Amino acid sequence: MPRTALKKKETKSSLSSLVLEKVPTGIRGLDQVTHGGFPKGRTALVCGGPGAGKTLLGLEFLVRGALLYNEPGVCIAMEETTQELVTNMASLGYDLPSLIRQKKLAIDYVHVERKQIEETGEYDLEGLFIRLRAAIEQVKAKRVMLDTIELLFLGLQNEAIVRAELRRLFHWLKDAGVTAVVTAEMGDRSLTRYGLEEYVADCVLVLDHRVTEQISTRRLRVVKYRGSSHGTNEYPFLLDSQGISVVPITSLGLDHTASVERISSGIPGLDAMLGKKGFFRGSSVLITGTAGTGKSIFAAKFANASCARGERALYFAYEESPSQILRNMNSVGLHLEKWIDRGLLHIHATRPNAAGLEAHLATVYNEIQEFKPSVVVIDPVTNLISAGDLLAVKAMLTRLIDFLKVKHITAMFTNLVFGVSVEETAVGISSLMDTWVVLGDVDQGEEERMRTLTLLKSRGMSHDTRMHRFTLSNKGIEIHGNK
Amino acid sequence: MATSKRSAASKAAKNGSARGNNNRKAKPFKSPLWELRLYVAGMTPTSIRAFENLKRLCEEHMHGAYRIQVVDLLERPTLARGDQIIAVPTLVRRLPTPVKKIIGDLSNTERVLVGLDLRPAGGWR
Repeated sequence: MPRTALKKKETKSSLSSLVLEKVPTGIRGLDQVTHGGFPKGRTALVCGGPGAGKTLLGLEFLVRGALLYNEPGVCIAMEETTQELVTNMASLGYDLPSLIRQKKLAIDYVHVERKQIEETGEYDLEGLFIRLRAAIEQVKAKRVMLDTIELLFLGLQNEAIVRAELRRLFHWLKDAGVTAVVTAEMGDRSLTRYGLEEYVADCVLVLDHRVTEQISTRRLRVVKYRGSSHGTNEYPFLLDSQGISVVPITSLGLDHTASVERISSGIPGLDAMLGKKGFFRGSSVLITGTAGTGKSIFAAKFANASCARGERALYFAYEESPSQILRNMNSVGLHLEKWIDRGLLHIHATRPNAAGLEAHLATVYNEIQEFKPSVVVIDPVTNLISAGDLLAVKAMLTRLIDFLKVKHITAMFTNLVFGVSVEETAVGISSLMDTWVVLGDVDQGEEERMRTLTLLKSRGMSHDTRMHRFTLSNKGIEIHGNK
Repeated sequence: MATSKRSAASKAAKNGSARGNNNRKAKPFKSPLWELRLYVAGMTPTSIRAFENLKRLCEEHMHGAYRIQVVDLLERPTLARGDQIIAVPTLVRRLPTPVKKIIGDLSNTERVLVGLDLRPAGGWR
């Protein structure tokens, strides 16, 4: 009996040693999409059109490898000079010269110009091999990037020799035990212009930069990954001051655990309506209302309550600048500056049409990863529609809500509605929400307009369903009894 | 096939050498110094062939006014960067300027001469 058990264990361990080993890229999100990184000791191909971000992805693979995993890298640059690469990477916050000084990175600029070269008779590309070998030995490299190797086809006339030598090069890289990334320009009918995928077929990534309705989105897709599972969708990715980040949040599924903990809405009257306790932690709350009903104030109150508990709150403002929000909230007795000073509140303000919907999702995702809030406010979610169509907005919100729920972040979304029917949400997202608060105002003839609040739904708790009157003053929001 | 071609080439070279001398007398060089560098990776048949071709060509066309330096990149790999060498053999004409590069075993004499600016492209004889 113990013998069989031992045997079983042995087969298991020998099997796991057979499974393809991977090298983490360290690029945010990419390791999730590739289920662990690039294939170890093999060559991955990154292709895409001009300006798709191929070089940056390759360089970040090297830099992150050197910084995070102590794996030095070599870059054979055929397109840009060392100085150009240094400048480009500096804009992403990487200091290449210091890595080169520390012998964690070697860049060799290989210049091939057909006009300067006459060809006669037989030759091979041993010169290139020698340079690559020297660079690898210089820093004891574990990672190599060849950018863009297909320029050899433009620089040299004898295509047969170039092809034979490329084949030899990829074999040589495999033997050298380095993990390599090769970049290539997208072809018309094939993945790459010169059919490099014929030689490098273990892992192929396609980068894409497209513009729809004047809004640009960058996308990444794993076309092929021999010997490994991988995410198959097109994933949006961002190029910002911190480098590349891929957004791997597709629908995460519904296996998150639901919390029974309750947190305050920041308004005692509303808490009282919510079974006297407030929202469930990790739930999503929708506040809808016509213009001027005070949606942002509810959102700010909610964020304020979180900060008062000592929990961080992240506020995405798509309509007002941070200073405008702060000024307006001062008028209802909410002083948010102190929370910003203490690092408990962060207001991220952008115009929604400044970037594509996917880019927004990526930004939200990155900000959340960085700030680690326990409460998130999106004010208003309506404006995202200007960055994409309804279906896309709903898909994005589903992914965002899944992501927030897994992280147990309580989220509040505000939504502007037009017209009389308050139960109409422009985005059709109410089904995604756990709690739905509807704000409205009723014209009372000569008197001032009366603001009303109804708790349309709140999953998992007994709650007040009557319509309430509320007032806004410099003391904040006051909810009065049933009207 | 290859050998017969080569012997024919060397025969032609011998004839050419006699003619080359005449040419030089008719239109002498102003004693320019030809500084040539031949990059190879080890003593392979290709690199030996390239050296032989080069030597013969120099004797014929720039007798006494040239210098050939052979760089074996296997021994001095760092030198490949300076002259941007990727293919071997590569012949670099360092002087007279501008720098010229010819890659391959230099078996096509005509093209080498064009590449070295010893003969205008498009034929001269």
